[in-house]
Amino acid sequence: MQIRLTGLTAAAIGAGSLFPAAAGAQTLNLSIDIPRLRVAEYHKPYVAVWLEKQSATPHTLSVWYDVDKRGGEGTKWLRDIRQWWRTSGRGMTFPADGVSGATRAPGTQKLQLVAGRGAMPRLTPGEYTLVVEAAREVGGREMVRIPFSWNGKAASGTRAGSTELGTVTFTLKR
Amino acid sequence: MYLRKPLIAAAAVAAIAAPAALAHRMWLLPSSTTLSGTDNWVTVDAAVSNDLFYFDHQPLRAVPAVTQPDGSEGKVENHSVGRYRATFDVHLTQQGTYRVAVVNQGVFGSYKLNGETKMLPRGTTTATLAVAIPAGATDVQTSESFARNEIFVTQGAPTGTVFKPTGKGLELVPVTHPNDLVAGEAATFQFLLNGKPGANLYVTAIPGGSRYRDALKQMDLRTDAQGKVSVTWPEPGMYWLNVTPNAPRIDGEGPGAGGARSPGAGQRPAGSTGGAMPRGPRVSYTTTLEVLAP
Repeated sequence: MQIRLTGLTAAAIGAGSLFPAAAGAQTLNLSIDIPRLRVAEYHKPYVAVWLEKQSATPHTLSVWYDVDKRGGEGTKWLRDIRQWWRTSGRGMTFPADGVSGATRAPGTQKLQLVAGRGAMPRLTPGEYTLVVEAAREVGGREMVRIPFSWNGKAASGTRAGSTELGTVTFTLKR
Repeated sequence: MYLRKPLIAAAAVAAIAAPAALAHRMWLLPSSTTLSGTDNWVTVDAAVSNDLFYFDHQPLRAVPAVTQPDGSEGKVENHSVGRYRATFDVHLTQQGTYRVAVVNQGVFGSYKLNGETKMLPRGTTTATLAVAIPAGATDVQTSESFARNEIFVTQGAPTGTVFKPTGKGLELVPVTHPNDLVAGEAATFQFLLNGKPGANLYVTAIPGGSRYRDALKQMDLRTDAQGKVSVTWPEPGMYWLNVTPNAPRIDGEGPGAGGARSPGAGQRPAGSTGGAMPRGPRVSYTTTLEVLAP
């Protein structure tokens, strides 16, 4: 787990008013395959994970980028995760507690988010889309969208990317 | 061409001051329009050319004015004028939308003195016009221009301070922010002419990269009664957008040909010098817009 979860501050950011609090510890388990690419120059992709709900402000869950670059220089290329940047990122300040994380290597990357902690809001029942977008330096960019209904109990979904992302799978339970 | 023959030569020399009336297009091309982080630089190419956006004709020599997101004046750095283009940098240290603008105001024209036709000197403005025309001059012909060419660049989330209208010439008021454009989506802009909604303005949008295709892919649009125009961007890329009250003159009608005139042409702003003035003010607005892929 490379995501920094720093308790209260993060919870303040995470608990958006657009996702009103509901009882129960909802847990999102997310698995993202980052493909191993045979290219001359490889850089681990910048990845953003966010939730969309109809007529609600999109909510960023996690962003992987060069967090440790001097002088916050890693933020310069966040705009290349272009749909996320337009949808949510450009209104945020970086590093963002509970959201910012280092880039991850090719392979299956796991992420567990618990509602009310870090960037994970408590979800009210409704129609959602989980979105994962990856942009790679000197490489391509791809977005995978997984729509789902949240009934308050359980939801899951899988979609596969074709270039910059492999299979993205999630389960959401309370 | 609204200008009579003798003026064409003068206008060709003063290309930067009369972009709208000439075939050449004046443009500012930023290295980025959408930026993340807190400390970025944007470099801009500034040129006058036919093909968009290829610098192969004349540089746009004027040093632009930078307005920062908080409304204060910014700085143009490393300004350099080359044979075909000028370049300069803008250091972005604030969050929000910056404006980089070149505004050209001037009067072109000629008069007769002692039977000889003389051109108004370059750089003549409405303020200096009375001095520029000597006593005893006859057949005074002038044509005013107010050309605004500006671009917008946003670091972080887009803001609106730089769009506060000045009430002079043509100005853009965003309905859609010019740094929030995506291919396939419609964007709406409002244009003001001297501070009031500019109805029935001619809006031209041309995608860049014209050297490598046969069709210009020009979109010809008009503003509605509120001065609004909606553009749906067919593909991502840089677009040159030009707005003017004057109907495009059809080539071959000849200099000074009557033809159809837009309602705006021929109307002269109050306070302008009287006399034999057959031309309406040449007002234009030009911007370069970056449209991102969805």
